Amino acid sequence: MMQSIVFFLLAALTLGGALAVINLKNIVHSVLCLIVTFLGVAGIFLTLRADFLAAVQVLVYAGAVSILVIFALLLVNQGDGKMAETNPYSRFGYLGVAAAMLFFGFLSFSLIKTTWQTTGIAAAATSVGEIGVRLLSQYVIAFELAAVLLLVAMVAAIIIGREVKDHA
Amino acid sequence: MLSNILEFFDNIFLYIAGLIRHFFAWLGFNATVTEIGMGLVYFIAIIAVCVLCALFYVIWERKLAGYIQRRPGPNRLGPNGWFQTIADAIKLLTKEDVVPLNADRVVHLWAALLIFVPPMLSLAVIPFGRQMAALDLSIGLFYLIAVSALSTIPIFMAGWGSNNKYSLMGAMRGVSQMISYEIPMVFSLLGVVLITGTLEMQSIVAAQNHIWFVFLQPVAFIIYLICGLAETNRAPFDLPEGESELTAGIYTEYSGMRYALFFLAEYCNLFVIASIGTTVFLGGWQGPFLPGWVWFLGKTFVLFSFFIFCRWTFPRIRVDQLMNFGWKFLVPISLANILITSIVLFVFNNGLGW
Repeated sequence: MMQSIVFFLLAALTLGGALAVINLKNIVHSVLCLIVTFLGVAGIFLTLRADFLAAVQVLVYAGAVSILVIFALLLVNQGDGKMAETNPYSRFGYLGVAAAMLFFGFLSFSLIKTTWQTTGIAAAATSVGEIGVRLLSQYVIAFELAAVLLLVAMVAAIIIGREVKDHA
Repeated sequence: MLSNILEFFDNIFLYIAGLIRHFFAWLGFNATVTEIGMGLVYFIAIIAVCVLCALFYVIWERKLAGYIQRRPGPNRLGPNGWFQTIADAIKLLTKEDVVPLNADRVVHLWAALLIFVPPMLSLAVIPFGRQMAALDLSIGLFYLIAVSALSTIPIFMAGWGSNNKYSLMGAMRGVSQMISYEIPMVFSLLGVVLITGTLEMQSIVAAQNHIWFVFLQPVAFIIYLICGLAETNRAPFDLPEGESELTAGIYTEYSGMRYALFFLAEYCNLFVIASIGTTVFLGGWQGPFLPGWVWFLGKTFVLFSFFIFCRWTFPRIRVDQLMNFGWKFLVPISLANILITSIVLFVFNNGLGW
């Protein structure tokens, strides 16, 4: 009972935030609403007892969004009066609705078709230790590959940044 | 007899919480409503701690600043000027709240309120004394890191919403600074997590009953203090404000109580940083004779005074120096600290050498 009330509140927050992201014309407002959406998702993780995942969601998504805001600003700052039309993708409304419906249909189709396995084991009180052990044993290759990928991206970013500086 | 009295004072807040819980039961609430009610009580207690600390530390900073600069500091209102902050707060509350015409109104106004969310959320897991944490999460320390990552957003909102060049530049500086210094800060806390093997705040405190982690992780402690100053935008890292370059940075367009709210939040943030430092490095509430919460407040007071001392001693750092110092000095050192800690722990745990 209590859990479903909390779930519906969080779902409303998440969906409301997401709707605001696509409907607002000002991109800074969109990004701020995106933070609300991320926090709502983190709350849903919490109701599923995935406390570590919820904290990661807040740290990586909601926290790092501020960098996204800076990029948004650097790219679209158009001076006074034009800020109201800096979220250009909100123009493609009908296309967006169609794409979203398609994606939603695909997701719900696969969700219904999948047979979900349940184990008798109760959810652990804390997931962080188990996640750590799994990441460095069972999934160590994927984990290290992701790390290498991030490193490559970082080095590339530094090189690109330096080059621009040299030409200027 | 004496030990009984001390134990009573050690647990006094637990007794008060128990009394309130009994009061809810006496009113005939069921378990769920009682839990929600207790949550509200904890929330109000955290707000009270925040505001009282800010009130005290504002006047204490002004006093200490006066002492450092060889002047009396505020000394008119009340005994030795100790009521100055209260008078200031009343003055600021009655001032007109000016909002610029072209400001992004909603963003501008909400920034001053949302700036309180991260410190409030952080204080919820801080153990103020024996069993005295509103929440004892199993991922306590990680929760703190995650929540403090949110503190960049109100800063940015303030800078953007004001529709002022100085504000925006202050916000850009603030965000890049806070993101850069978060990394060595997390690494410095990681050394302690490696030693204790837990993220739970109370367990970290309990692990320090023989030796404080400041002695096992001195480098991490120093890095933590530096990054703590940078995270809270305090001098010598107060670039987002930077009054000699940016008027008042992100605070330029705020007036009256909203301006004061930012400073209140700054002191709350500083209190949070001091609390985490106390819990993780200085043994938390543990100490002989005196009640745990007195020890906790005493240790945070010492750390806080150190932060004030830093502010009034060091000149402001330059932007390029700030980034170089963070990325080329603090990050490598904190990484090396983690590496050395891991190696020592591995050797120690496997019984080699020793």
